[in-house]
Amino acid sequence: MTNLQAAFNDPQTLVAFTVAGDPNIDKSIEYVVAMANAGADVIELGIPFSDPIADGPVIQKAGLRAFDAGIDTDKIFAMVSEIRQQTDVPLVFLSYLNKLFDYGYDAFFTECENRGVSGVVIPDLSFEERGELEGAAQAHNVAIIPLVAPTSGHRIAKIVAGSTGFIYLVSSLGITGVRDDNQMSADLNQLVTEIKKYTDAPVAVGFGIHTEQQVTQMNQIADGAIIGSGIVKLIEEDPENATDKIVAYVKAIKA
Amino acid sequence: MQETKTTTTNEETGRFGDFGGQYIPETLMSEIERLTEAYDHYKNDPEFKAELHDLLVNYAGRPSLLYHAKRMSKDLGGAQIYFKREDLNHTGSHKINNALGQALLAKKMGKTRLIAETGAGQHGVATATVAALLGMECEIYMGKLDTERQALNVYRMEMLGAKVHPISSGTGTLKDAVNAALQEWTRRVDDTHYLIGSTMGPHPFPTMVRDFQAVISKEIKEQIIKEAGKLPDAVVACVGGGSNAMGAFYNFIDDPEVRLIGCEAAGKGLNTEQHAATLEKGRPGIFHGMKSVFCQDDDGDITEVYSISAGLDYPGIGPEHAYLQDIKRAEYVGITDDEAVDAFDFIAKEEGIVAAIESSHAVAYVKKLAPTMRPDQIIVCNLSGRGDKDVAAIARYKGVDIHD
Repeated sequence: MTNLQAAFNDPQTLVAFTVAGDPNIDKSIEYVVAMANAGADVIELGIPFSDPIADGPVIQKAGLRAFDAGIDTDKIFAMVSEIRQQTDVPLVFLSYLNKLFDYGYDAFFTECENRGVSGVVIPDLSFEERGELEGAAQAHNVAIIPLVAPTSGHRIAKIVAGSTGFIYLVSSLGITGVRDDNQMSADLNQLVTEIKKYTDAPVAVGFGIHTEQQVTQMNQIADGAIIGSGIVKLIEEDPENATDKIVAYVKAIKA
Repeated sequence: MQETKTTTTNEETGRFGDFGGQYIPETLMSEIERLTEAYDHYKNDPEFKAELHDLLVNYAGRPSLLYHAKRMSKDLGGAQIYFKREDLNHTGSHKINNALGQALLAKKMGKTRLIAETGAGQHGVATATVAALLGMECEIYMGKLDTERQALNVYRMEMLGAKVHPISSGTGTLKDAVNAALQEWTRRVDDTHYLIGSTMGPHPFPTMVRDFQAVISKEIKEQIIKEAGKLPDAVVACVGGGSNAMGAFYNFIDDPEVRLIGCEAAGKGLNTEQHAATLEKGRPGIFHGMKSVFCQDDDGDITEVYSISAGLDYPGIGPEHAYLQDIKRAEYVGITDDEAVDAFDFIAKEEGIVAAIESSHAVAYVKKLAPTMRPDQIIVCNLSGRGDKDVAAIARYKGVDIHD
């Protein structure tokens, strides 16, 4: 079991998402470290992209704030090194594929390995195209974290086989953003059962999750929950002074 | 790129050399699989082919004319110029060819709702038209800036029963309309087909759209051989995402003596930041479901592009064009706003044809190319659409107030 997978042993596992560089590099580092200290089990750092097609308005706006603050991929890697001096929480990236492709797959995964990023979630990478970067990721011990959707059906077996990180189960159709319980896929239990047939890797549910109750429920159904827009919204409301609210939010969920 | 450089490569996986592929969120992949299977089946199904043929002939008005522009040929003093009159199709552009094909396929798949992106509005109008004809729901995603510069087409789509969503994110142009349509498809995939309007997106779209547009070059070939007894020396078409150009090029790819020339929007000039000349100024990348060539910044973010033409204002290009450029089978040139507007005026006054500002980019290159050729040589230029929609914008560009 890798460190990343061990993080899911907690009965109330929380993967906390924030956009790297939102609202600026210093604050972003502060928020990540605060979330880790408040008990977040894994931190998922979003790499801003000009056209985030899987993301709703809250995360899109966070990306724009980060761009306004001058973020780029090299600065994000430098950020990771600073975070690493303050916490050893497992870190994964969320990035659209072109950011990796343009950086160069090998160069990107080399930086991940050197600075301590364990995995990467790539919303626009299908199973069909994974082969072009899988080798480079493996060579640098970085897990490609596959997404499974309510529509995946017969594709689940091939998608999750051989996973070295965790499985990102998309709760429902559509894009990221806060949802009510009744908008979640009714079949999450079944989906998790199906996934577990083909892998021992932990399963975390994301998209729309924002309450403590939902996190508890997802930890019963699966091995963890991912909160994105719920945290990013706190930064949106008060970009420079969100630390206390983020800490309280994470602590309430982890309590 | 290690693949063998033949004219078309591994279409089963949607690869044109290194370009193409299926880079799309997992939520859509099962649907993409179903679409691929359905297309592979129906493209060879005699009943489907007969239905589509009937619609193309009796509804869209095919075959479109191949018109010998004698006055323009004489005045430019070089090659004989022929225009493939896709502007005379029902709805006024080549977009109807693909809209009919995909909508019929979607109907066979049991879909009841069509969504589409549109730039200039020609594809939106074609999709709204076909949705009305086949009794399907229709929603169109259009950049906010484009709804302003093509207000007439917005009203046309609404008259046809479609709902038009102006998209204000990003630059409010075609790229943002594609983002919004992809997001909507992710939200509601069961009853909905995303009728992509160009030779772009994940496989099978680039191949499928090209196949539906290839009727253009099939007809050109038959018509020019009948008319002139030989193949053309050059085929010229404008390129945004690339569907009219792929349609005009496709049946000539294996005729190496025919030059294939795509005209990209150079906007205010290739030496400025304000252009949409992807193949001249972009580099390989992955976006909108495909590996192709994109205008992007140093860090892999897609950049804003610009053109007077809402239909060419796109930061990427279909993967088969990227491949044709890579293997040097097709050439791509930039045409500025000024050159396109000059050509718009020129063909109107010389031939009495008001061509779309998109198509006028191709006409502009014909103006440059024809005088360098001999009178026994032939250029076929694809007039992808008619220009009624552009009259107000051209007037604005020239600073003329027409009280519209």
